Amino acid sequence: MKKNKILVLREGINSTFQDLGRNNFYHIGLPFSGAMDKRNYLIANKLVGNKHNEAVIEFAYQGPLIKIEDGNINFAISGDIKFNIKKNGKLMTGDCYKNYNLSKNDEVDIISTNNSVYGYFAVSGGFDLKKNFESFSTYVRSNVGANNGKKIQKDEKFFINDFKDMHTNKSLKYMNSKIEYIRILKGTNFDYFFEQSITELTSKEFLVTKLSDRMGMRLEGPKIKNLKETNIRSEGLIKGVIQVPADGNPIIMLSDHGTIGGYPKIGAVISADYDRLVQTPPGKKIKFELIELKEAEKLYKLYQMETENLLSQI
Amino acid sequence: MIKNISNLGDAALYCDFGNDVDQKTNIKVIKYFENINKKNIDGITNLTPSYNKLIISFDLNVVNFTELKKKIEDIEISESYIRQDQKIIKIPTCCDDEFALDIERLSLKLNLTKKEILENYLNKEYFCYMTGFIAGMPFLGDIDKKIRLERLETPRVKVPKGAVGITEQFTNIYTFESPGGWNILGITPIKIFDQKNEKQPILINPGDRVLFYEINKKEYIKLNEKE
Repeated sequence: MKKNKILVLREGINSTFQDLGRNNFYHIGLPFSGAMDKRNYLIANKLVGNKHNEAVIEFAYQGPLIKIEDGNINFAISGDIKFNIKKNGKLMTGDCYKNYNLSKNDEVDIISTNNSVYGYFAVSGGFDLKKNFESFSTYVRSNVGANNGKKIQKDEKFFINDFKDMHTNKSLKYMNSKIEYIRILKGTNFDYFFEQSITELTSKEFLVTKLSDRMGMRLEGPKIKNLKETNIRSEGLIKGVIQVPADGNPIIMLSDHGTIGGYPKIGAVISADYDRLVQTPPGKKIKFELIELKEAEKLYKLYQMETENLLSQI
Repeated sequence: MIKNISNLGDAALYCDFGNDVDQKTNIKVIKYFENINKKNIDGITNLTPSYNKLIISFDLNVVNFTELKKKIEDIEISESYIRQDQKIIKIPTCCDDEFALDIERLSLKLNLTKKEILENYLNKEYFCYMTGFIAGMPFLGDIDKKIRLERLETPRVKVPKGAVGITEQFTNIYTFESPGGWNILGITPIKIFDQKNEKQPILINPGDRVLFYEINKKEYIKLNEKE
């Protein structure tokens, strides 16, 4: 029996267990899933000394209120997050990108994300969970993944794997870069749309609407007009694809997207900009810039180097 | 056999087999899917076969578009199926009015009686083109020309789990409660996707054949409890 245990006093919004996601199940209808903001996910795990694909709690807008029910934990929170810690009955403000030790009856209250969407709560040793389809990542829509494929609920208790006591403090100086524009590549149905609409897509602002979640991000802006066909024969999708249904409002496919879809694809967000894209909250506006494949590949290398550089500083 | 390979984003190949939606084209896609899957090519993370396209996702840290495109163009595809256990799956379906949510609409638009619609639909073998959208959902066809109808103008926010629907030349089963716009004409108690059975999670695979047969509500309830 594991000794260290947490109790969820408040579940927060869309709190789920996530890791690096699952490969090779698109053909049976299971998307990639995994942490939405991969960089912050990796940083959280590194701050508590975990291997890079350990499960963490991902939350959106508001995180859980967690009480240490037994034993102790070493945790870190990544993202742009406001949270409090209650240690030995004393309340203090917490800092992201720093590890903390807590003991029985202490609490972490993850209050909100600042001007962003997702945050990550990682514990040394990781949570004691079962993998499903080779990953811990929870895919709520088909009840797949850790915790029986369900969101984390109030009053649930989770054990934490044994870990070596960490008395060393780890931290990272990191500012999440705010969004300026999102770079995209032409989609496979780019020529289905009016030239004027293409110009507007790459010059006007688009509002991120409330109808956005782990599955997709719905945008509103100038209507994108289709000159050919508003439906295509259903075919595969990947995360980052921008589909435009008949109403002209673009939808960007995110990590829990349906694996097959039948709307024309006007573009696809480059891999290097995905983390920044998913952190844009409803009510904010984004702008797109159309670039070429070679440039996208270079930008990904840069993104990857930056991530590794950050991880090496921990 | 692939007509054209382009990029979808910076980390996927979009293999186009043309615009025809028929078994001949789809079988080509399935063969490519099976062969590539078996070869375990470095960097490939996901394969998504559909009617006439195959999307190959890859890890940009391992390989890039140009390199992988070359590999796929040069790949040898075996003539026969790799999977040899294609089967006929019989799906019990209750078509009582309370489950046949769109039978009135179908009857009105197609100018057929409810009985005629079901006679045209039930007890026929349909080919499985692909699975996906939600876990395990099979896209089957082709249904009789007389009962083909477009999607609902306004999709339902919630289609119940197990609902059996038709649109155009296709029929499917909602493996989970989900939004959707297909014309619903019944419900099945059979579990199509089983997340606890990781070796064989889906009941219906591309290439399989599926037949729907009618059961009454009593049988539906009894089977539903068993599943």
